[in-house]
Amino acid sequence: MRILEGERVAKYFGGLAAVYNVDFDINQGEIVGLIGPNGAGKTTLFNLISGALPTTAGEIRYKNRKITSLKPNKICKRGIARTFQLLKLFGKMTVFENVLLGSLFGKSEDINESDAKRDSLELLEFVGLSEVRATPAKELTLANQKRLEVARGLATKPELFLLDELMAGLNPTEVAQAMELVIMIRDRGITIFMIEHVMKAIMSVCDRIMVLDHGVKIAEGTPEEITTNKKVIEVYLGE
Amino acid sequence: MDSARVIYKRPFSLGMLFLFLILLATMPLYVQPYFIILLNTVFMYIIITLSWAIFSGPTRYISLASAAFFGVGAYVSAVIGQVLSLPLFIATGGLVSFILALFIGLLTLRLKGIYFIIFTFGVSELIRHFILWWEAKFAGTVGRWVVAVDHTTVYYVMLIIFILALLTAYHIRRSKFGLALRSIGEHEEAAAHIGISVTILKTITFAISAFFMGATGAIMATRWTYIDPGIAFNPLFSFMPVLMAIFGGIGQLYGPILGATILTLLEEVLITEFPYYYMLLFGIILIAVILFLPNGLVGLIEKLGKRGNKG
Repeated sequence: MRILEGERVAKYFGGLAAVYNVDFDINQGEIVGLIGPNGAGKTTLFNLISGALPTTAGEIRYKNRKITSLKPNKICKRGIARTFQLLKLFGKMTVFENVLLGSLFGKSEDINESDAKRDSLELLEFVGLSEVRATPAKELTLANQKRLEVARGLATKPELFLLDELMAGLNPTEVAQAMELVIMIRDRGITIFMIEHVMKAIMSVCDRIMVLDHGVKIAEGTPEEITTNKKVIEVYLGE
Repeated sequence: MDSARVIYKRPFSLGMLFLFLILLATMPLYVQPYFIILLNTVFMYIIITLSWAIFSGPTRYISLASAAFFGVGAYVSAVIGQVLSLPLFIATGGLVSFILALFIGLLTLRLKGIYFIIFTFGVSELIRHFILWWEAKFAGTVGRWVVAVDHTTVYYVMLIIFILALLTAYHIRRSKFGLALRSIGEHEEAAAHIGISVTILKTITFAISAFFMGATGAIMATRWTYIDPGIAFNPLFSFMPVLMAIFGGIGQLYGPILGATILTLLEEVLITEFPYYYMLLFGIILIAVILFLPNGLVGLIEKLGKRGNKG
């Protein structure tokens, strides 16, 4: 079943087409990767889906309902969560408070406070941050800050989770742990759409991969198909 | 450990607070009228600062529109003070400011940082000049007389508004909306992405803080008995709460209260003792505090408290 689909989605910044007529679809339960060189429009596409930016043209549908032109908080309440490439944690608040906010204001709005607290503690356990739950978020290591962004996103109870470069800047051990975490999130029944530069990670985790270049979708397929795709090789390695 | 200590401390501080309120409530019975008049000014600044901090503290949107809400409240009491009973026109003053803030909020809260600061200041000045123009053009007057109320009544009204503002601030701080307001101050975009309706939350909180400013303006006008736009919309009412809150520290609820109290009393002493140098001295003290106490008095108290616990 399709959970998210985009039809001729476009975004212009002045005369520059950051995303140009991109069609895409994501099925329930999949892990879909989004790759492409720097400036290809990957994060812009995420911003369009999550409502951070309005689209210039085209339509994005979530569970067959149009979500283009909705505000980010409405899109979150529909069941789409995201993380940010440049982390946007609430630095002075504790790790626990960061996650608690997600539980309190996410998809299930009428949640009572004790349920929200229990959910938050459970999620901190899930991502492995129970020990540091009383620490201000800005004092965590980069890897832990990324885990916290994941936990905060999960706390909003998403069905679709957009991960923007979760593994960038992590060392090989941390990358391996992050990959494990992505699989565990999928096993909770959450569909994942992820931007990634770490090829090893994306090739082994994703069911399907989309490639953007200069705002245009140039390829789509299984990891094997992508690694052998001529256009992709050209874009990444030059002629 | 930390939370255990807080829980242990709470009944104690609640009891203290209660005693303090009784003391305040019985004050007019045994102190000089001069002192009551002084306290009225203290309360005025406390309420404006406290309500300023309800919104600007957690969200870090520095509003310079306090004078607008205060002045509108004052004008409401000048216009309908003769017609309505005291509680009614005070509440109306607050309500009109509330509605004005909703409107201004929807217009300006999309602006961020310095743009928001300048816009709120501009709005405040705009309203002042608009009323000046309106009064001259249509009412044929510069200022207005306000129904006079005795100092003790003013005092009790101030006390009630203060308690209401304090309770409101306390409940917002402790609620999930208080947490959400703080998250807006840290990363508004992220706050929106976890489902917080940032625009609505900011606007309503802004309006709640304006309500108390308007009510204070309404009661203060009765003490002045005469107001004109220069008095009611004095830009100092926009600047002082910011200074007082920073001086006291906005990390804790008592910070703005402490800051407003001390600065008002300090101003009073300096004006009477050093009428020519008072602004100079006042400025030097403020600069010293901001340089050496970046977290205000609250920061200092917390630092001393920590040192005391260790020792």
